[in-house]
Amino acid sequence: MNKNLERLYNGLWKENPTFVLMLGMCPTLAVTTSAINGIGMGLSTTVVLVLSNMMISALRNLIPDRVRMPAFIVVVASFVTIVQFLMQGFLPALYTSLGIYIPLIVVNCIILGRAESYASKNPVIPSMFDGIGMGLGFTVGLTLIGIVREILGNGSIFDITITPLNNFHITLFGLAPGAFIVLGFLVAIMNVIRRKMEKAGKPLPKAQGCLAGDCTGCTLSSACTGKSYVHQEDGKEER
Amino acid sequence: MSNLLNVSSSPHVRAKDDTSRIMLYVIIALMPTTIFGIFNFGLRALLLVAVCIITCVLSEFLFEKAVGKKNTINDLSAVVTGLLLALNLPHTLPVWQAVLGSVFAIVVVKMLFGGLGQNFMNPALGGRVFLLISFAATMTNFEFDGVSSATPLAVLKGGDAVNTLDMLIGRCGGTIGETSALCILIGAIILILLGVIDLTIPGVYIVTFAIFIILFGGHGFDATFLVAHLCGGGLMLGAFFMATDYVTSPITPMGKVIFGICLGVLTGLFRIFGNSAEGVSYAIIFSNLLVPLIEKVTVPRAFGVAKVKKSKEVKSNE
Repeated sequence: MNKNLERLYNGLWKENPTFVLMLGMCPTLAVTTSAINGIGMGLSTTVVLVLSNMMISALRNLIPDRVRMPAFIVVVASFVTIVQFLMQGFLPALYTSLGIYIPLIVVNCIILGRAESYASKNPVIPSMFDGIGMGLGFTVGLTLIGIVREILGNGSIFDITITPLNNFHITLFGLAPGAFIVLGFLVAIMNVIRRKMEKAGKPLPKAQGCLAGDCTGCTLSSACTGKSYVHQEDGKEER
Repeated sequence: MSNLLNVSSSPHVRAKDDTSRIMLYVIIALMPTTIFGIFNFGLRALLLVAVCIITCVLSEFLFEKAVGKKNTINDLSAVVTGLLLALNLPHTLPVWQAVLGSVFAIVVVKMLFGGLGQNFMNPALGGRVFLLISFAATMTNFEFDGVSSATPLAVLKGGDAVNTLDMLIGRCGGTIGETSALCILIGAIILILLGVIDLTIPGVYIVTFAIFIILFGGHGFDATFLVAHLCGGGLMLGAFFMATDYVTSPITPMGKVIFGICLGVLTGLFRIFGNSAEGVSYAIIFSNLLVPLIEKVTVPRAFGVAKVKKSKEVKSNE
């Protein structure tokens, strides 16, 4: 498979940030009260992710190792500020409903995680595709949760009321506990599908955790002393 | 256990009590309350009881079928969950909401955590709170004798007087099973005599709650006020039938006392200082979550084992 396409596939399915890596849980649980909010949050994160991945990748040989975290944060924060202002200007309704979670994109684990584990070690183009893949994976995850919560909690989908359902809405799904329950069920469904695919003879490489020795998705990767696996996507040596 | 020379590893259980028998005792003990509820609120109450029980049993059966687990509906625990849930609902509740609550209680609260013995909170109360949050309007729509009326607790919270004799007998508005303190006490005596529950948790709960009401209720030692608070709401039902749930209450003797105190204080806090008039469900669910911690700090010392040495001696050893 083409390496760039592989990155897309990786973000959307194999290491889906929402359902597999379980990263960025704060926006995932907090803003997904409706499908629109889910898409909005997902896409704004995607924009920041792609741009910051490219920027960090371009600067990867310039940023000294010791100060890379502050440097990443500065890059990410700049893009978040741009996105925030654009949103405030052109999508005020969405901006209001997402509220504090827009500035909080700065500390989103997915963005810092991708910067640390991928963009800072790989060239610009693959990093861009990595950002697109991860961002779209996140968007799909958030939108799915948003759709389910909106249907169950509000009887509508993308703000369009579904006639018989709107008399049966369950308030709980609009609140925080509903987010946890929906996320749990979606992860369970995803795991069932994965298992079925594996049985059908399409072994999917699982998202490996620490024990399996894969530090790809781990934000603590650099500080980790028990690393048994050196991440080399490009044949470029680990610093 | 039927063959005489049965060789098995420990524990060698001789008692006839098993899960289904204990659950049957609980169902029997709940009968006075249920029958009074149906008498009090009419056939609509019977319908809800039937719907909840059938839905609970069915959803347990279907869930176990779907995930390929052993069928456990014969242990009757789903029946108890359904019955308790129904007793915690107002008789005016739409049937589809009762069905949803039952499914939530069994599938989400009980089966997803591993079934009976693994659930972290009382399934019936989990279902009730789910409904309370989701359908606040219908869950607090109490009718009595065909007239919408506030529950005695709500009246009390509003600062008006209530008829405590009516509350004791149960001739007042409320959920199907919570109104009659008398019937619940009859059931509780049955459970205690059969050895299903012991008095520690309900006793400590009620005493703590009474002290809390006397101290912070704003009425001092006012017998009418106190009795109204003790008989009102789900306190009696919760104390005897739901706080004593084996799975979600501590097993250590000291733990039971702490658990009871937690319940009493929380219920008092919710009722006196909270926004709503009732707080038993939330108090029990909240305390359910504390149970693992309570058990961890109250593990009794085994007979003959010395007390854990204090840090002084450890230092001298160094």
